[in-house]
Amino acid sequence: MGQQPSSRDVSDPRERYRAGVIKYAQMGYWQPDYVPKDTDVLAMFRITPQDGVDPDEAAAAVAGESSTATWTVVWTDRLTACDWYRAKAYKVDPVPGSPGQYFAYIAYDLDLFEPGSIANLTASIIGNVFGFKPLKALRLEDMRIPVAYVKTFSGPPTGVVVERERLDKFGRPLLGATVKPKLGLSGKNYGRVVYEALKGGLDFTKDDENINSQPFMHWRDRYLYCMEAVHRAQAATGEIKGTYLNVTAGTMEDMYERADFAKELGSVIVMIDLVIGYTAIQSMAKWARRNDMILHLHRAGHSTYTRQKTHGVSFRVISKWMRLAGVDHIHAGTVVGKLEGDPNSVQGFYNVLREDHNPVDLQRGLFFEQDWAGLRKVMPVASGGIHAGQMHQLLTYLGEDVVLQFGGGTIGHPMGIQAGATANRVALEAMVLARNEGRDVWREGPEILVAAARHCTPLQAALDTWGEVTFDYASTDTPDFVPTATAA
Amino acid sequence: MRVTQGTFSFLPDLTDQQIRAQIEYCLGNGWAVSVEYTDDAHPRNIYWDMYGAPMFDIRDAAGVMAEVDACRKTFPQHYIKVNAFDSTHGWESLKLSFIVNRPANEPGFALDRQEAAGRMIRYTTRPYATGRPEGERY
Repeated sequence: MGQQPSSRDVSDPRERYRAGVIKYAQMGYWQPDYVPKDTDVLAMFRITPQDGVDPDEAAAAVAGESSTATWTVVWTDRLTACDWYRAKAYKVDPVPGSPGQYFAYIAYDLDLFEPGSIANLTASIIGNVFGFKPLKALRLEDMRIPVAYVKTFSGPPTGVVVERERLDKFGRPLLGATVKPKLGLSGKNYGRVVYEALKGGLDFTKDDENINSQPFMHWRDRYLYCMEAVHRAQAATGEIKGTYLNVTAGTMEDMYERADFAKELGSVIVMIDLVIGYTAIQSMAKWARRNDMILHLHRAGHSTYTRQKTHGVSFRVISKWMRLAGVDHIHAGTVVGKLEGDPNSVQGFYNVLREDHNPVDLQRGLFFEQDWAGLRKVMPVASGGIHAGQMHQLLTYLGEDVVLQFGGGTIGHPMGIQAGATANRVALEAMVLARNEGRDVWREGPEILVAAARHCTPLQAALDTWGEVTFDYASTDTPDFVPTATAA
Repeated sequence: MRVTQGTFSFLPDLTDQQIRAQIEYCLGNGWAVSVEYTDDAHPRNIYWDMYGAPMFDIRDAAGVMAEVDACRKTFPQHYIKVNAFDSTHGWESLKLSFIVNRPANEPGFALDRQEAAGRMIRYTTRPYATGRPEGERY
């Protein structure tokens, strides 16, 4: 491709393995007749070839560079069952409405991957290939993980159903809030926010992604004050409460030490950041499973590679990897809040996290059927710029197996933190009650909230303060397929 | 205090009409409704007493409401909740659980602290009411 590829006939093995450079397609990485096996790992990339690079050859190059190939012919291929190990690009389609971009489908044999290792899977699939010069840009859009490989992962240590049983909370989204300001509070003041929010009606409070152990608040102090707050709030309400103590640290040893301390203090949940890395996440999943703890994942850093449509990794793929790796909660978008999130794309992520089986759903960006083979479900978390006045939209878009996190919408309440929490809880319960009664909450939502506010002054104050706030910007990460109108 | 376990405890106590509407929603989804009661509302008291088995075969809300009423008449000063169980593969647990009766006076819970080394505290949540024997608490 950068070199001058030979056009020689390579069907003869002596020609195929003569020293030099041939096209990836000629090396066997482009096989349009290949029928993927049920046990193959499938990946779909959006490729943007450099000008003059043939899309089939670009797809073959991606297959080659993410499996066995290097830039030149090597005779040592002949010491292996190389046909078996080569990834096969088997389909290339133009992206609708995006000239110069192609969807390339690639199949990988199961033997290429170590069982139960996200690190190994990703080292192949996104290892070298994203910097490959013949491509202007490359994005991993979706993957199909075969059941044979799914079964080598332990998955979420707790899962949606068991989490609900442990917390004794059913039939409604859970409510949370991130303590704000995210940096600078002392342990004692930090715990105050936790106590007020939980006593007021939230189920969870949360450390932010960058709260670890800093000069203004060391981790042990935070844990001690927060767990005092959690237990006080439990006694005040008779409900199970939790606070996601962030155990993210510089080393695994430190993370284990922090997680053990959280457990000793009676926490039901600990938290990690995506930036700790896939192997650290899998280790913490093991720890959480061994210690009966819920594991919350904050997707810190993901937008560096998930947001732009032409280059990076789609969040639906990250969602699949994280369900395999084994987290119980993951931030997956709000649709209506302050952060990126097209409704269809976000619903696609939620389906990946929560369903037993995903059918192909192009409108939501799901290109492959995915069977989760009994792997537990991950609870998505919606956080960032949401408030009580959007409750009908949140329930409609996101369903009930979700944690709705109102940070500013709780702590910024004009009557105080407890009142903010109560406003959110009342709005939520009123909306679920109305939905179950058969009312059309999408249309009647605002009046349901107004009616609920008649017996709840804090909700009235929340609606007065934020009722009109929206974040209405065009999304960048949107599906490429729009529904076709059909005759009714 | 008010024990806020259950799906709708932050709303004013549900009327019979509202309870019935929720039961209809549950039956419409094919879930089995059950009634449970207790006089120990400790947040980790998982096993409230069952007022009969889950009503797998009762498909009309009036029948379920009769059970709710009977339970309320028998235990007017207990906590009573209505549960809806979904036997769908992959769930096989409750889908809804809400309180339909509670004692007139809810004394709540004490929080006992056992102070240990290194500022460690071991916490015990203790219902004030369970100082008395079962059946004599409210």
